[in-house]
Amino acid sequence: MAVPRKGKQRKKEQSEYFFDYSLLFIVLFLLGFGLVMIYSASSYNAFEEFEDTAYYLKKQLVAVIVGLVAMIVAANFDYRRLAYLATLGYVGSALLIPAVLSPLGVESHGAKRWIRIPGIGFNLQPAEVAKVGMILFLAVLVCKMGKGIRTFKGFCVMVAFPLPIAAEIYLITQNMSSAIIILGISVLMVFVASPDYKKFVIMGLLVVAVAAVVIYLVVSGSDFLAFRGNRIRSWLDPESDPTDTGFQTLQGLYAIGSGGIWGKGLGQSMQKLSFLPESQNDMIFSIICEELGLFGAVAVILMFIMLLWRMMVIANNAPDLFGAMLVVGVMGHIAIQAILNIAVVTATIPNTGISLPFISYGGSSVLFLLIEIGIVLSVAKRIQLKEL
Amino acid sequence: MLNNKIVHRKKILVSFLLCTGMFVFLFGRLVYLCVWQAEHYASQATDLHERERSIKAARGRILDCNGKVLADNKTVCTVSVIYNQIEDPEEVIAVLCRELELTEDYVRKRVEKYSSMERIKSNVEKTIGDRIREYDLAGVKVDEDYKRYYPYHDLASKVLGFTGGDNQGIIGLEVAYDKYLEGEPGKILTVTDAKGIEVESAGERRIEPVSGLDLCISMDMNIQSYATQLANQALATKEADSVSILVMNPVSGEILAMVNAPEFDLNDPFKLPEGTQENITAEEKQNILNGIWRNGCINDTYEPGSTFKVITAAAGLSEGVVTPESSFSCPGFIIVDDRKIRCHKVSGHGSQDFTHTMMNSCNPALITVGLRLGLDSYYSYFESFGLKKKTGIDLPGEAGTIMHKKENMGNVELATVAFGQSFQITPIQLLTTVSSIINGGNRITPHFGVKTLDSEGNVVEVFEYPVTEGIVSEETSATMREILEKVVAEGSGKNGKVEGFQVGGKTATSQTLPRGSGRYIASFIGFAPADDPQVIALAIVNNPQGVYYGGQVAAPIIRQLYENILPYLGIAEYHE
Repeated sequence: MAVPRKGKQRKKEQSEYFFDYSLLFIVLFLLGFGLVMIYSASSYNAFEEFEDTAYYLKKQLVAVIVGLVAMIVAANFDYRRLAYLATLGYVGSALLIPAVLSPLGVESHGAKRWIRIPGIGFNLQPAEVAKVGMILFLAVLVCKMGKGIRTFKGFCVMVAFPLPIAAEIYLITQNMSSAIIILGISVLMVFVASPDYKKFVIMGLLVVAVAAVVIYLVVSGSDFLAFRGNRIRSWLDPESDPTDTGFQTLQGLYAIGSGGIWGKGLGQSMQKLSFLPESQNDMIFSIICEELGLFGAVAVILMFIMLLWRMMVIANNAPDLFGAMLVVGVMGHIAIQAILNIAVVTATIPNTGISLPFISYGGSSVLFLLIEIGIVLSVAKRIQLKEL
Repeated sequence: MLNNKIVHRKKILVSFLLCTGMFVFLFGRLVYLCVWQAEHYASQATDLHERERSIKAARGRILDCNGKVLADNKTVCTVSVIYNQIEDPEEVIAVLCRELELTEDYVRKRVEKYSSMERIKSNVEKTIGDRIREYDLAGVKVDEDYKRYYPYHDLASKVLGFTGGDNQGIIGLEVAYDKYLEGEPGKILTVTDAKGIEVESAGERRIEPVSGLDLCISMDMNIQSYATQLANQALATKEADSVSILVMNPVSGEILAMVNAPEFDLNDPFKLPEGTQENITAEEKQNILNGIWRNGCINDTYEPGSTFKVITAAAGLSEGVVTPESSFSCPGFIIVDDRKIRCHKVSGHGSQDFTHTMMNSCNPALITVGLRLGLDSYYSYFESFGLKKKTGIDLPGEAGTIMHKKENMGNVELATVAFGQSFQITPIQLLTTVSSIINGGNRITPHFGVKTLDSEGNVVEVFEYPVTEGIVSEETSATMREILEKVVAEGSGKNGKVEGFQVGGKTATSQTLPRGSGRYIASFIGFAPADDPQVIALAIVNNPQGVYYGGQVAAPIIRQLYENILPYLGIAEYHE
């Protein structure tokens, strides 16, 4: 780990602080790897559609560069001053989400989830803004409540705030996965902030119970949950319906299965040749499996675990509660999204559109993730090495 | 705050461990997919990515007993189009119409059909296929394969049969031995993307076809040709509807020749006879073709008439109700219950012994033998001789025997059956049953298939056929041979006599239903040498004009046949 050794002779205050190069390198590695995989997964389709094999790569590269600049800015910005933006973040995202219904809204894949930013040709996904906003807002809220969080009332307040935003995302943009991620981030932050375990164990059991009942209802053949019901059916048995709802899941499984242990080699995927929809996006992990095999997939998973570990170290050593909570929020965001994405791709859970952080194609996603990493680096910079 | 900080640290650690736990679980899931399920999904994915074109396997040849090739293959081409690869559909349509002589509508429909691969025409001459290939049109594939070719055209057409566009047997031995002859088709597999466009870098994968096995049959091309010649001659001179000739080894059941004149050209089996109206429906056309392809020796039944007296005599001798010396008296008719059944000689044969009744083919005498046996006994001989079952010949579509039900039979029916009327059997059934009676009492299975050979000529399988022993005793068999030898030597079958050889046989002249139509079937069954039969032959002339007696129409055919083939088969001349 590239933790600079404490220079005994140095007296400058600057050197007493910590910069987490490990975290930075992990993120840079994931970004670079993501660009390679996006090119591999998308070049065939990009040529078919735009006569330019690097079409998606170029767009993603621009987003990554913009994101890295934003990250550097965020890293050098004193995170403590972000607290002032908390209310703005919450209200801002609450207002931004309905904007997709305005003339600025952009429709894609049958759902309105983007807002066109006039002039620069960049489409913004308000759900991504909401994720950052929620992390910020909850971190401030935890600090404000202090010991109040230990009471049941405090717990309820903490849980109640994210609900309207999640509901907005689910109902207005038809984006269940982002709603789940926002709720997941919130629950994780409340979990860390509150000393209690019992409430969370009960909550976990409740979620499992509800999931079981839903699956039972769908399997027993009722029309409950019309279109989501189909997703669950095709998840349970993707081969029964390979032409319709199970199609993407099954195509992903073909890719993973045909990769085997060592993969077919970089660029050798067959499934990316228009067989697997969203191959550079939500399903990019299955192309990684096909080309690089189990070996490549494990390497990616290990990178994510290391990323989380670095953030855990930063959160544990953060100079104040606000910093710690911010890092926990970012950690939760990345962890939930990565886990859910891999779970969807491997047909462990029903299919829902979730991108793989830093690797999947998607400008908004990578931009806001890098801003979050910038915030984490900013927190890390304030760690006094004496405290380590 | 320190207290709080410890709590937070612990909780953060728990969160991290939870996430790591989930990653580990997903890792397990990946191991399951990539290792345990890899083969399953990989093979399904390969099926998805590959488009296949099949390569016909070379069909096995059919060889006669001397190794002469009766059915062979020649190289032809199959022309198909691949929709996604066509660049200039109009030119493709124009070229294919011109070269393949097809209508534009037909070609256009197939060229414009959205499918991965559409066959335009198969069995295209190789020269035309090569010419189409030279145009080098994108999306047009010319694959070479084989077409059945019959070097002797109409020789044994109804026995050999022919094949259809997919190399499958349609009639005859081509159907019966299809699974040996067909082989296994190979495949050319090309990798394509989801839209069906070939991925150039992936190349082609070939699964080579496995050639079919050669089939050796017992037919002798020389005997078959000569018999065909005789049948065509009789067909012309007697203006008959059809002439069938069967030649078999009565000991083994191997068939040496099976002629059903008129035959048809195996290389052009769908050609309709001249003078057929052009505006007939597909169904009518098929009916005409089915009539042309019909193998009368096994697909049709007829009333055997006097040749069946051999069976009645054998049953009587077996049961002991008659001996060659038993004496009979024929007044020219016999009264059975209330019915008067006439002999063909109106004045009657007078007093005669049993051997002479056979030589004269006397109806009343044979009716008497039948009645002496009685219904129960006669019927059980009919069954034990194997007449109610099919012979089991290795050709498709053998017809069964049409016989009275036992409970519906009275003495009148018994009497008519005894001299070969009021029931129907196939010619092959008659030949087989008579063979079994004269060969020492072994019911053999008539057959063509002898063995199969692989492409190097090694024997793969030798066919065996069931034999039922002891349907009559050796003595009865010997007695029957003597009686039948006398029939030819001095009796009604004397036109079947062959100089220098002892021939046994029996004639028959049966009137076809309805009676009084003036249509007859003349037949003769003869075997040689009479004391040790090595060849048996049956000639059936259907509806001859003019003289219609079996002794005058059919017996000379067998005589001419034997004059040639007995020396050819190396059967020693008989010297007294």
